[in-house]
Amino acid sequence: MNMNYTAEELAFRDEVRAFLDEKLPADIAAKVKGFRRLSKEDHQRWQKILSEQGWYATHWPEEYGGVKWTPVQKHIWDEESCRYGVPRSIPFGVNMVAPVIIKFGTEEQKQKYLPRILSGEDWWCQGYSEPGAGSDLASLKTRAVREGDHYIVNGQKTWTTLGQHANMIFCLVRTNTEVKAQEGISFLLIDMNTPGITVRPIITLDGEHEVNEVFFEDVKVPAENLVGEEDKGWTYAKYLLTYERTGLAGIGLSKAALQHLKELASRRLKNGKPLIEDTAFSQRIAQVEIDLMAAAISNLRIVASVEGGGMPGAESSMLKVRGTEIRQAINDLARRAIGPYAIPFVEEELDLDYDGDFLSDKNAAPLAAQYFNNRKLSIFGGSNEIQKNIVSKMILGL
Amino acid sequence: MDFRLNEEQQMLQDTVARLVRGEYSFEKRLEYSESELGFSADFWKQLGELGLTAVPFPEELGGFGGSGVEVQSVMTELGRGLCIEPYLQSIVLGGGLISQAGNDQQKEQWLGGIASGETRAAVGLQEPQSFYDLNDVETRAEKSGGNYVLNGRKAVVIGGHCADVLVVSARTSGDSRDADGISLFLVPADAEGLERRTYPTIDGAKGCDLFLNNVTVGAEALLGEEGQGAGVIEYQAGRAIAALCGEAVGVMEVACDLTLEYLKQRKQFGVPIGRFQVLQHRMVDMMSELEQARSMAILAASVADEPQSDERRRILAAAKNVIGRSGQFISEQGIQSHGGIGMTWEYNFAHYAKRLIMINHQLGDDDFHLERYATLLQAS
Repeated sequence: MNMNYTAEELAFRDEVRAFLDEKLPADIAAKVKGFRRLSKEDHQRWQKILSEQGWYATHWPEEYGGVKWTPVQKHIWDEESCRYGVPRSIPFGVNMVAPVIIKFGTEEQKQKYLPRILSGEDWWCQGYSEPGAGSDLASLKTRAVREGDHYIVNGQKTWTTLGQHANMIFCLVRTNTEVKAQEGISFLLIDMNTPGITVRPIITLDGEHEVNEVFFEDVKVPAENLVGEEDKGWTYAKYLLTYERTGLAGIGLSKAALQHLKELASRRLKNGKPLIEDTAFSQRIAQVEIDLMAAAISNLRIVASVEGGGMPGAESSMLKVRGTEIRQAINDLARRAIGPYAIPFVEEELDLDYDGDFLSDKNAAPLAAQYFNNRKLSIFGGSNEIQKNIVSKMILGL
Repeated sequence: MDFRLNEEQQMLQDTVARLVRGEYSFEKRLEYSESELGFSADFWKQLGELGLTAVPFPEELGGFGGSGVEVQSVMTELGRGLCIEPYLQSIVLGGGLISQAGNDQQKEQWLGGIASGETRAAVGLQEPQSFYDLNDVETRAEKSGGNYVLNGRKAVVIGGHCADVLVVSARTSGDSRDADGISLFLVPADAEGLERRTYPTIDGAKGCDLFLNNVTVGAEALLGEEGQGAGVIEYQAGRAIAALCGEAVGVMEVACDLTLEYLKQRKQFGVPIGRFQVLQHRMVDMMSELEQARSMAILAASVADEPQSDERRRILAAAKNVIGRSGQFISEQGIQSHGGIGMTWEYNFAHYAKRLIMINHQLGDDDFHLERYATLLQAS
């Protein structure tokens, strides 16, 4: 039983801290810590810095420009970057399509796409969900029909995160309607600038434009953009999901959000005293901090087990559920902490350069919106109910 | 980072597991519980012979020099067997208080016997009005000549009915909830004026309330410095919380296993009830609670024998809060998943369920520790 980092791991942590102290732009960190919007330019600027450091692609083999971090090193990076206010990596290129291309793609695909992901030249988005295919993803209907050396794609994808910025989309499409739903799906890489593609914004309940609908009308996709074999896309999709599920518990993000909440609750007053001294409220904070403490140790146990060569199974699904519930609980408390000032929606205060008077607390403006926005946490990445189905299947074997 | 037990710790846990498997069938446990003693004298003796009662004591006492992790390994297996021997009271708390506060003579007099299991200790730290606050002490110890005269009542002393020696807290100065002025005394079971009202506990063990009516003890019975008992009590209660977390994890493991097995076997509407999604998700929730509890038990064990600090206080309060809530969840949802059979005395699940709820009533429930944690939150 040893819960400490080794000397090498501590040295790595120092290296991470030194890098972030020196290279993380203060304006970007301030936006992340204050839950402000990040522009496309913010993301690209930070990605470039990370790429130059060689720390952008942590899941890739070194031959493609990846960096070989151990599970513990990845964990340290996650903890430190959340603490410092590093923007969340947009995962669709580097952490989602790239591992699939590396594992199942052709040499040409690797040579073409991987460097462009590293350099930030391509911004990828994910074409999985459809209006009729959410948790039941295999029921997807977007059709790709082979005609000569092309596929003709027709259909609609939805919930396409940051699709408005993307120039590439990886899609699950139906290439065979004669077989079982899972067996007729293929994995296609599509240039968003191809004629016939339309992107329409979906405005979410917090007023944000984060997700989109993507329509395909007789879109011509070169056959060389098929990854792996035709009709085998479901296998690749499942492989990708194992990458998506790691880190979805968001323990580091919850720690940062909790720190933010405690600072806020120390500034806000109730009965003439800081809210953090209020009996009821301090117990609510205490409860979520305790639950996070337990989840953080559960997360470390998974990290240590993967480090020792184990495969995370039921534990990471359970932790996804637990971790997202905790983050939502923290967001809930942050919204409560501003009391009646949760009601006004003062958009200009979301801008970090805002120099007018604040209606209430300087960090109040994004809190209610963020609470609403993060209701998504228990829905995406395999809804929490789907996670429980996955675990049930593993443990019950019925 | 490595969360596995090392080879020695694993051997220790396997030893306890083997002994429990061999000696502690569900039927035998019911017999032990209904006996005069309230547990198995023979099993207790075997724990002693195998050196398991000596685990936390130093090597010169024939002990193992074990820390929180070793104690927890033992407790987890005792929990899996739903063992009702007074390990927590005699070894962890009684032995712990004497080890920490005792002078050489007191240690020599008591610790060897406690470590071997031949002497049984119990602790009287709570009182009828104290709820879970161990500083709320109204029992008084008045100085009279060279002696102390003790008057008061100590509540729910598990294992007190058969203890050879009782470690009790009594106030030598200060007001009833002051931390200052609490002293600890070693009271032999046959002391004049000591009365016990013995009762069975709802989870199968035995305990008593102690009535101290002019119990006179010599100055040599004072354990530690006069008036300075609160810190010792708090520290040892912390070690006991870590041990109790270990027991709770063992109980929860079996409770989850039993429920999972039942979901696979029990058929209704022509299918195993585990096919029903509502029961599947409940099962996953129970296992997720167990994982949280396991994580906090590990964390608690890691600080149990560290010097006192706010960090240690915080972790132990958090751990007890988590296992209290997980335990209640697993207990209630497990009974519900079993349906009628979960309500019966003759099926073992109900007894695991009862123990989990009662663990929450020992050394402070989840509300008590939440409040404690919240207080520490503001101090930080």
